[in-house]
Amino acid sequence: MDHSIAITEQDIWLALERVKDPEIPVLSLVDMAMISKVELTNEKCVIHFTPTFVGCPALDMMKRDIKTEVELLGIATEVVLDMNNTWSSDKMSTEAKTKLEKFGIAPPVTIDDSELTQEALDRVRCPHCHSTDTTLRSAFGSTLCRAIRFCFACKQGFEQFKPI
Amino acid sequence: MSGIKDLLFKMADDALIIGHRNSEWTGIGPVLEEDLAFSSMAQDKIGHAFALYTILHESFGEAEPDTLAFKRTEKEFKCCQLVELPIGEYDFSLMRHFLFDHAESLRYEMLANSSFQPLAQVAKKVKGEIKYHVMHADSWIKQLSNGTEESKARMQSALNFAFPYALGIFETVDSEKELIDSNVFLGEAELQKRWLENVSAILQGAGLTVPAVDPSKAVNGGRKGFHSEYLQPLLTEMCEVVNTDPDAEW
Ligand SMILES: [Zn+2]
Repeated sequence: MDHSIAITEQDIWLALERVKDPEIPVLSLVDMAMISKVELTNEKCVIHFTPTFVGCPALDMMKRDIKTEVELLGIATEVVLDMNNTWSSDKMSTEAKTKLEKFGIAPPVTIDDSELTQEALDRVRCPHCHSTDTTLRSAFGSTLCRAIRFCFACKQGFEQFKPI
Repeated sequence: MSGIKDLLFKMADDALIIGHRNSEWTGIGPVLEEDLAFSSMAQDKIGHAFALYTILHESFGEAEPDTLAFKRTEKEFKCCQLVELPIGEYDFSLMRHFLFDHAESLRYEMLANSSFQPLAQVAKKVKGEIKYHVMHADSWIKQLSNGTEESKARMQSALNFAFPYALGIFETVDSEKELIDSNVFLGEAELQKRWLENVSAILQGAGLTVPAVDPSKAVNGGRKGFHSEYLQPLLTEMCEVVNTDPDAEW
């Protein structure tokens, strides 16, 4: 197909910015660092996509959303799961973490090289009042990627994006 | 090659079956947080099972993951009997979860360095998730064992009951030797050794007595297709859910 205006890789990335994480509507899949590669030829576009949690129930929905959004640019799109790339919450950008905190979810603490320690988990700041006097209530929250914590300073419960 | 398939099937079947058992706590957990915890862990586990069935499908030409999960006979399942048992009282479910997930965590840590790449990749992802399962189990074991005399006695009897079944996790099959020789997996004996160290530390710290490891009491058979009376009814039920709603997403 001959496009009068060629689609660039940047156009694809901009389209991907419009695809939000269904569980965290303020973050795009690009913010989440879930897009590992974009391959663009004249005929089609292949998006390599890295899931956060292996059993994430929103996976198929996200794949569909990517395909729909990118195909609006007028190019056939294929979304493939990239199992060779391991997602880690450390890959999320600082900007993404700030957005997450403003949304009311404590961002994941940085874990160096996958060694998750109790100490690292306890270093969590309350998204409401910013106190670090908080404790883990349950490692499992309303979605796979969230834990439930409690803040002693403002006496409120909050959710944390689990470092993984 | 058959060694890797045996390993993938038993791991996937363990995860699928315990995932379904854990999901039975949805709506009836002792507190709301536990409800969420058990259903989240169930989702994780079923996800792990499907990741492993996918390797069987893509690398070994086995059937589609859905077919492997829901269309095999009881005899073809290679899960250990520990995961088949009904959820029982909360003490038992918690103790099973503790004993099982410590083994899972160590198993995936070992497999993250496997010479079989597709499995090593999945293991790298899964081991991070399992850490949360272990943390959850550890904190409840400590809490309940340090509670009243009654809750401590209940934890001890749950442990005494579950322990011989937990030893069945490490039942070996003949094809294991090739896995050890080719650096795919360090083997069940090594896994059991590391597992015993880890669970003993937590259990003793919580004031419980770790039963002696008596191989003659281990509840074996699962890895060779011999199961408890509880597996078939569960498989039938899982299969019915799939058949009534063919588009259900797992
Ligand atoms: Zn606060």
